[in-house]
Amino acid sequence: MLRWAQAALSRRSLLLGGGAATIGATAICSTTTVAQETHGYHAAAGTKGAASRPSHQSAHGAMITVGSVDNERNGFHPTKMLTDWYIGTVTDLPDGRKLRTFEITAEDKEIEIAPGVMFPAWTYNGRVPGPALRATEGERLRIVFRNNGSHPHSMHFHGIHSARMDGVPGAGVIAPGDEFVYEFDARPFGCHLYHCHALPLARHIHKGMYGIFVIDPDPARHPDYAEVAKSRFYGSPENAEWQEMAMVMNAFDTTFDGENEFYACNTIAHCYAKEPIKVEKGRPVRIYLVNITEFDPINSFHLHGNFFDYFDQGTTLTPTLRTVDLIMQCQAQRGILEFTYKEHEAGLYMFHAHQSEFAELGWMGMFDVVETLS
Amino acid sequence: MNENPRSFPPVSTAAASHRHLLWLVLPLIVLVASVLWLLQTDPLRGFNNGAPPVENLTIERTVLDEGGLRMLVRAGGSEPMTIAQVQVDAAYWQFTQEPAGTISRGDTVWVAIPFPWVLGEAHKVTFVTNTGATFDHEIPVAVPTPKVSGNALVSQALLGSFVGILPVAIGLLCYPALRGAGRNTMTFLLAMTVGLLAFLLVDTMNEALEFASQSAAIFQGSVMAILTAVASFLILVAIGRRHGSPTGLALATYIALGIGLHNFGEGLAIGAAFAAGAAGLGTFLVLGFTLHNITEGIGIAAPILKIRPKLVHFVGLTLLAGGPAVLGIWLGSLAFAPHWTAIALAIGAGAIAQVIVEVTALVGRSESARLDYARILSPAAFGGIAAGLAFMYVTAMLVKI
Repeated sequence: MLRWAQAALSRRSLLLGGGAATIGATAICSTTTVAQETHGYHAAAGTKGAASRPSHQSAHGAMITVGSVDNERNGFHPTKMLTDWYIGTVTDLPDGRKLRTFEITAEDKEIEIAPGVMFPAWTYNGRVPGPALRATEGERLRIVFRNNGSHPHSMHFHGIHSARMDGVPGAGVIAPGDEFVYEFDARPFGCHLYHCHALPLARHIHKGMYGIFVIDPDPARHPDYAEVAKSRFYGSPENAEWQEMAMVMNAFDTTFDGENEFYACNTIAHCYAKEPIKVEKGRPVRIYLVNITEFDPINSFHLHGNFFDYFDQGTTLTPTLRTVDLIMQCQAQRGILEFTYKEHEAGLYMFHAHQSEFAELGWMGMFDVVETLS
Repeated sequence: MNENPRSFPPVSTAAASHRHLLWLVLPLIVLVASVLWLLQTDPLRGFNNGAPPVENLTIERTVLDEGGLRMLVRAGGSEPMTIAQVQVDAAYWQFTQEPAGTISRGDTVWVAIPFPWVLGEAHKVTFVTNTGATFDHEIPVAVPTPKVSGNALVSQALLGSFVGILPVAIGLLCYPALRGAGRNTMTFLLAMTVGLLAFLLVDTMNEALEFASQSAAIFQGSVMAILTAVASFLILVAIGRRHGSPTGLALATYIALGIGLHNFGEGLAIGAAFAAGAAGLGTFLVLGFTLHNITEGIGIAAPILKIRPKLVHFVGLTLLAGGPAVLGIWLGSLAFAPHWTAIALAIGAGAIAQVIVEVTALVGRSESARLDYARILSPAAFGGIAAGLAFMYVTAMLVKI
């Protein structure tokens, strides 16, 4: 007999029926008043909350994950990861070129991707995203890859290399316990990535096997844009002027149903919202940004209160997009963002995916622009 | 050879039988020893295949108020569970859990989310556990959970009166007209009561099982509902037959009690529907309910046609049968857990089954003291049952959506 009640739950028709006077409306006659009180409360709650929380958290009110992640246990810290470049070891080759060697180990590891939420990840060198590799255009690269994981894995680099070095099944996918050495020249310069290309691809990627791979332009090869090239050349005084960061937009499907529960920039949901990234006002900012989000066709980056120049894939020394505050990237798309807060007042500037859903599920953060870094 | 096994002499005296109880220590020792062994040596380790623990969360109550959302959550996993994060409409929200920490199997906690819900719209709450498993809870239509206030109690009582008390009163008002009924009419009316009660039995049990299916797995919903109904039936039969099969006013009282318990469960469910955000109750729907329940009053009147009850009896019967609807709506609107509603409905189903048995017996006995079930197949009785079922079925169409 109560079918009406259950059916009514999903059908607004009675409520919207209008014409028919309803006894129900009188029966729950306090509805309107309570609802108005409710909305009065929300305004009050905002102010009350703002007073008790640090200012960078009041910006998004109560809409944030609860608690904090144990970065020690994870073995990687999202803030340190921003500038933690892995430059490998460099030796000279007989022909005068440089040989840069990286050592990468694949391993299974349970990581905390949001406060209190553990994820059974597959990692490169125990972190997600994997180490941020950085090399210089024209060098010979040698990547010694060991698989200590429980499944076959590989490293597939986005770059120019031979078929034998492609890291696909039959060419560099190795069984657990095996080792493989990838070797190729560092080119073209730009902001690239690497990821596991063992099958099934989606599972291997979304379990955490990816990383950023930056090749700096060699200033000597770009006389027309030598200054720009120098500023991107890691270790140069010109480069030291910039505040560079490596950001990988990723997501985690903790229920393995093909839909992500958590979105983030550098793995930990809301990490830069809870611990804003310090930025010195006077120095320009350069972000190496990669999208490796699985299951969603695109991801995006939106900067608050500012505009930036964008170098799609980073393979040019002049911007491919000028003066934008939003860029879109499909999976494996990446690029370089350059901007400055020189003319701004100090304060908290938000950045996030402009898919509101991604932002609200963890992919949002803040720049804390300060006069000088202490 | 022809020894009756029942007539074996007792194997021991009363004193010795106490000593027998000492043997209970033996199974107890074996039980304790095996538990200790299991805990100490963990011989079932081999079954641990690395699979994550089975997790289960049931959301039993949802309260929407000016502070946001509050939910009573019961854990039912193979191990204690942790709620790590909470989403509302695919966004993570801060929440507080009372009491905090891991939730043991079968325990409940209150989760409060300061979420600015929107009146009349739908929201989805997702609980994310520490293993990353998710549990969704739909709030189909967000309305403030009714609170205990004079105003609300009065309007809910009004609704309950329309659904429960008024139809019974109207039915009982037919009493004077029915008094002159002849034997066949009597049989017809009693049989009609059986028919309408049969309809209510099926309907009530159906609802009890539906609510039972929404309750936490630990309660084993359908088993709980059926056993409750059977127990309620047996207890009421036992009480009712202390002095032989009930007739007259006693039977009328049992019918009123059965219908009252049914109306209580129905009231709980109506209240729960309000709490969960059921839209409006149309006037048409309420009138449909009234019409649908009028036969209940006639059913109560049938066994007392041949005696002369006092007016106070009629008032009492009306309140007994209809009043619980008001009580049910009051309680149900406070958003009680579904297993309570299931139990209330199951008790009602048992009570209805009891009166079906008793009224059937009365039909079989009418006019003569000897019970003759063949009478139930007489044209009058058969027609009555069919009429009762048909009337209930057809009027139920008024309230089906």
